[in-house]
Amino acid sequence: MTAAEIVFTALGVVALGAGVCTVTTKQLVHAALWLVVSFGAVAGMYLVLTAEFVAWVQVLIYVGAIVVLLLFGIMLTRAPVGPSEGLNSRNRFAALLVAGSTAVVLVTLLWRGFRDARIELEPGGGSGDALGAAIFRQWVLPFEVLSVLLLAALVGAIVLSKSRADRGSRTPKEG
Amino acid sequence: MRDVVALALVTVAFLVLPLLIGQTEHKVMAHMQNRLGPMYAGGFHGWAQLIADGVKFAQKEDVVPERADRRIFLLAPGVALVPYLVVLAVIPVGPGQVAIDLSLGLFFALAVMGIGVIGSIMAGWASANKFSLLGGIRSAAQLVSYELPMVLAAASFAMAAGTLSLTGIVEEWRWYWLFWQAGAAAVFFVAGLAELRRPPFDMPIADSEIIFGPYTEYGGLRFAFFLLAEYAGILVLCALTTVLYLGGWKGPLLPDAAWTLIKVFALAFIVIWVRVSFPRMREDQLQRLAWVWLVPISLAQLALTGVVKVVTDL
Repeated sequence: MTAAEIVFTALGVVALGAGVCTVTTKQLVHAALWLVVSFGAVAGMYLVLTAEFVAWVQVLIYVGAIVVLLLFGIMLTRAPVGPSEGLNSRNRFAALLVAGSTAVVLVTLLWRGFRDARIELEPGGGSGDALGAAIFRQWVLPFEVLSVLLLAALVGAIVLSKSRADRGSRTPKEG
Repeated sequence: MRDVVALALVTVAFLVLPLLIGQTEHKVMAHMQNRLGPMYAGGFHGWAQLIADGVKFAQKEDVVPERADRRIFLLAPGVALVPYLVVLAVIPVGPGQVAIDLSLGLFFALAVMGIGVIGSIMAGWASANKFSLLGGIRSAAQLVSYELPMVLAAASFAMAAGTLSLTGIVEEWRWYWLFWQAGAAAVFFVAGLAELRRPPFDMPIADSEIIFGPYTEYGGLRFAFFLLAEYAGILVLCALTTVLYLGGWKGPLLPDAAWTLIKVFALAFIVIWVRVSFPRMREDQLQRLAWVWLVPISLAQLALTGVVKVVTDL
């Protein structure tokens, strides 16, 4: 085992452990903070795989924006210090079953498909230059189509929230 | 060996420069308000006031409120402070004079700076105090709206230079950037001030309405850490603006590092000046400034940068 593999495995254990803590903790805000640890560990794994750009995007978008948004939402609704009772779902065994079987399927798939595959990691392979050239030369069409998809989702979100807000504000007058 | 020395220097800078900015703030604010500021500690114009403050903070009792979430309450000041130290390591002060030269330095700096806000949100929630919680929520709302214009403005500099490396950006810098990138610089600086929750964007800590926001329950050294994080944030923001917009170490006669320091402190003076001059913005004005002004300006600047870049490359 090389040093990189050891670090990679350790980070994977951290990511997995933090993920388990996220779903098992009895406190909503702790769950969001464990998610930060998990995302951070995943960013570290990207770094070990020389995907620097993806790693920093992971930190910027997921840790810096998504988790902050999650925390904002949690704190805006209800987030008492101490365990909250309503967090125990009755579906947890079903959820465990689904999660477990998905994991088994995915691991088997990867194991059978790429068991003998080896990727030679070269420094700079995931740098801004390499990634930019790949996206805007080779993969430019999928990239642009993806942005159209995101735009459609954005417009849809605005339409959904707007139409509901209009209905809400009109009801008192009509009624 | 060189790395160790460089990292030691970064740590020294991290410990000394924010204090210098703090002392400058004491004196500049005082003189702008027609008073003297601290005059006794240490003799000459009260230069030792911040050291005295530090000793005072260290002597105070470390209180954790009974109902608080103890672990997160204790962890929050560290989460607020450490990211700025990490960012400082990638900022170049001269050609090749940088502790860690990342090819994605700009991206790294922006990504790590965003983490600091989680510290203030954690503090706001874990204090189990409604004023703190309000402050934490406001911090989060502010980060979410100002992160976008800040990243867009930074992208404009990266496009102009054709690289994401901070050293590379300074090397590509030319005097006409002062006009060409002025919009991006304004957006970057204003959005950065808002991310640091500095006045006039200090709605999250608004002392006259929510006491001190997320920091209300803190005292002693942990409170001092939050203050230090604020000044370290000013240092990092001014250093990044210097590197992106003011040409970093470039300048006649004086040595490279001196020019970097002069530019950083000139910007820090502006940060203090702004604090003294403008009243605090209301929450809706804050959000309005971000979405109605900063985002469109940064998008227009991106378009301008792109067009100029394409035309001059022909």
